[in-house]
Amino acid sequence: MTKKSAKLSAKEVKSKQTAKMTATEVKRYLKVYRQMLFFRRFEERVHIAYTQGKFSGFCHLHIGQEAVCAGVQAALRDSDYVISAYRSHTQAIAKGIPAVQVMAEMFGKATGCCRGKGGSMHMFSAERRFFGGHGIVGGQVPLAIGMAFKINYRQEDDIVVCYLGDAAINQGQVLEALNMAAIWDLPVLFIVENNRYGMGTDIKRTTAIKHIYQRAQGFGVAAADMDGMNVRTVLKQTAAIVKRMRQDKKPYLLEALTYRYRGHSVSDPANYRPEGELQEFQQLDPLIQLRDDLLAVGVEAEQLQADVDAVKTELRVIEKQADAAELAPVAAIYEDVLVAIDGHEEH
Amino acid sequence: MTVPTQATKISIREALRQAMCEEMRRDADIFLLGEEVAEYDGAYKVSKGMLKEFGARRVVDAPISEAGFAGLGIGAAMAGLRPIIEMMTWNFGIQAFDQIINHAAKVRYMSGGQFKVPLVLRGPNGVAHMLGATHSQYIEPFLAHVPGLVVVAVSTPYDAKGLLKAAIRDDNPVIFLESEFMYGDTGEVPDAEYLLPLGKGMVVREGTDATVVAWGKMLKLVLRAADVLGDDVSLEIINPMTLQPLDTQLLVASVNKTHRLLVVEEAPAFAAIGAEIAAQIQERCFDELDAPVARVSAKHLPVPYADHLERATLPSVEEVVAAVRQLLYMDTQA
Ligand SMILES: Cc1ncc(C[n+]2csc(CCOP(=O)(O)OP(=O)(O)O)c2C)c(N)n1
Ligand SMILES: [Mg+2]
Repeated sequence: MTKKSAKLSAKEVKSKQTAKMTATEVKRYLKVYRQMLFFRRFEERVHIAYTQGKFSGFCHLHIGQEAVCAGVQAALRDSDYVISAYRSHTQAIAKGIPAVQVMAEMFGKATGCCRGKGGSMHMFSAERRFFGGHGIVGGQVPLAIGMAFKINYRQEDDIVVCYLGDAAINQGQVLEALNMAAIWDLPVLFIVENNRYGMGTDIKRTTAIKHIYQRAQGFGVAAADMDGMNVRTVLKQTAAIVKRMRQDKKPYLLEALTYRYRGHSVSDPANYRPEGELQEFQQLDPLIQLRDDLLAVGVEAEQLQADVDAVKTELRVIEKQADAAELAPVAAIYEDVLVAIDGHEEH
Repeated sequence: MTVPTQATKISIREALRQAMCEEMRRDADIFLLGEEVAEYDGAYKVSKGMLKEFGARRVVDAPISEAGFAGLGIGAAMAGLRPIIEMMTWNFGIQAFDQIINHAAKVRYMSGGQFKVPLVLRGPNGVAHMLGATHSQYIEPFLAHVPGLVVVAVSTPYDAKGLLKAAIRDDNPVIFLESEFMYGDTGEVPDAEYLLPLGKGMVVREGTDATVVAWGKMLKLVLRAADVLGDDVSLEIINPMTLQPLDTQLLVASVNKTHRLLVVEEAPAFAAIGAEIAAQIQERCFDELDAPVARVSAKHLPVPYADHLERATLPSVEEVVAAVRQLLYMDTQA
């Protein structure tokens, strides 16, 4: 029998934030609220579009994990790098790829951020320094240390954020990359989104330790966990780490304790979860928590409702544009396999 | 093959080192990273002295993590550097096939052309001697199969230097194949700077009776076989140099002249480069062929250890001679 580690309950995840917010914080969190709302509704629309047959293939939604995406991104500056796995529609948007390009990419359109060659799992933007969207579990992690190697090589002071899942922590190349990040002081902030499952497998069945972040410490990488359901906690904790990283130039691994509301992909009904688990985490819903905090400091409910309506309208327009865009041209399928080599046509 | 008059005789090892050093002096974004490349001067001493010249920032000893540091090279290349990653041998580079196939070969395409991966992954490939099956493999059939990669094989000091310089300047991921057994081979290399274009083969020796294609160690084998066959047979010997993308035009032109083709390769024949060349030539030169395309290759085996068993597995001069005689129907006509 496999040895099972204990799983963290929602109660153990919950962090405390002060009731008070400064005026600047209120302004900031209003923006974050709107963004998380946009992410939630975006993914819901994507799901509907999928069931309507607007696209096919694998589609992994980030619903429930919005606080990690919004909070981490808010702690970064524009020139920082982000790389992720396949559950990354909203991370791509957070990094600045227009949402319409992300949706159009899923729909196989010419206006998609990768011109229809990447798809749901493979969003990229060189301009926005979003280095993918990677479909091989753990495969993006060695790339992240390469990006950080470049930062050090050129003596720059950006950092790389590398998202990975809890189940990716058992991939050999992830551990290789952690070790190299440690020996060469590569400024990568590894964010392990511990949503408790790798597909249908409970993390406690595949990972003997209860706290994933402790594994990084074994490699000499500083690490901690954080409440990934509370965006204020995420932002504050990440900002402090990023600040420290810009000075000490060392890697850091942050285990974001979060929860995946939906199945692994849209075709997974997630029947394997113990009863009540989802509801337990929904008590910590990042949108509701922030909403309550904003209301508590005197933000008007109407103002937040206005966001809800605005996001709805915005998304309707985005989906219309993505629908209306031209399909990616078949004539371009041979483009960009290789940078042209003399005497060899792209085809 | 014409080499300019001002030339010096050097080894392949030296040619590769010269290529890396010249390019690294020219472009500060190039660095060399791999196991034992710095303080130990390279497992096969290809990078000897480079740490001293370029320092630890640009000549970097890596832990034994082939997948990890191949991926590091890909990420660094995507971010704007031009890494040279040394695989101690390509047998160990197989650990990095996920990174090479799933990432190096894919990110340009999947990103719709937004990223390029100017990366050279180089190291010895093929059979050395009495190392057993895990240390005696040929990776060109695997990787030439993958869209998005360039695959280059080294045969002489001249092509080693010219091709490596071109590979370093190319904006694609280049799989660069050397051989432990050939690092000591010497030959003339021009003193003046030169590059050999990727994607282009070279006629090593002109001839009229049959075309023989070979690269790496097999080129030497073919040249020895040609000596055995003597003046009776006029072989046109072609070194394709780049296996992906292959210089099919050069092969077609040669076969249209000689009407016969033999491919000699060190890997087992099944689904290997020779099979691809044979298919392409029959598609394009069917009416020109006076005999079926012939192949000499390794037996379909994990390479055995013992000297005599290893020799029995690999292509030999005798097999090449016999294959040429058969291709020309020399024994049946007598
Ligand atoms: C190397 C590899 N093995 C298996 C898969 C199939 N697969 C896709 S996602 C996944 C689970 C990964 O879970 P986790 O890392 O926790 O990320 P999450 O899906 O929870 O975001 C698996 C097994 C894959 N894509 N790549
Ligand atoms: Mg998971």
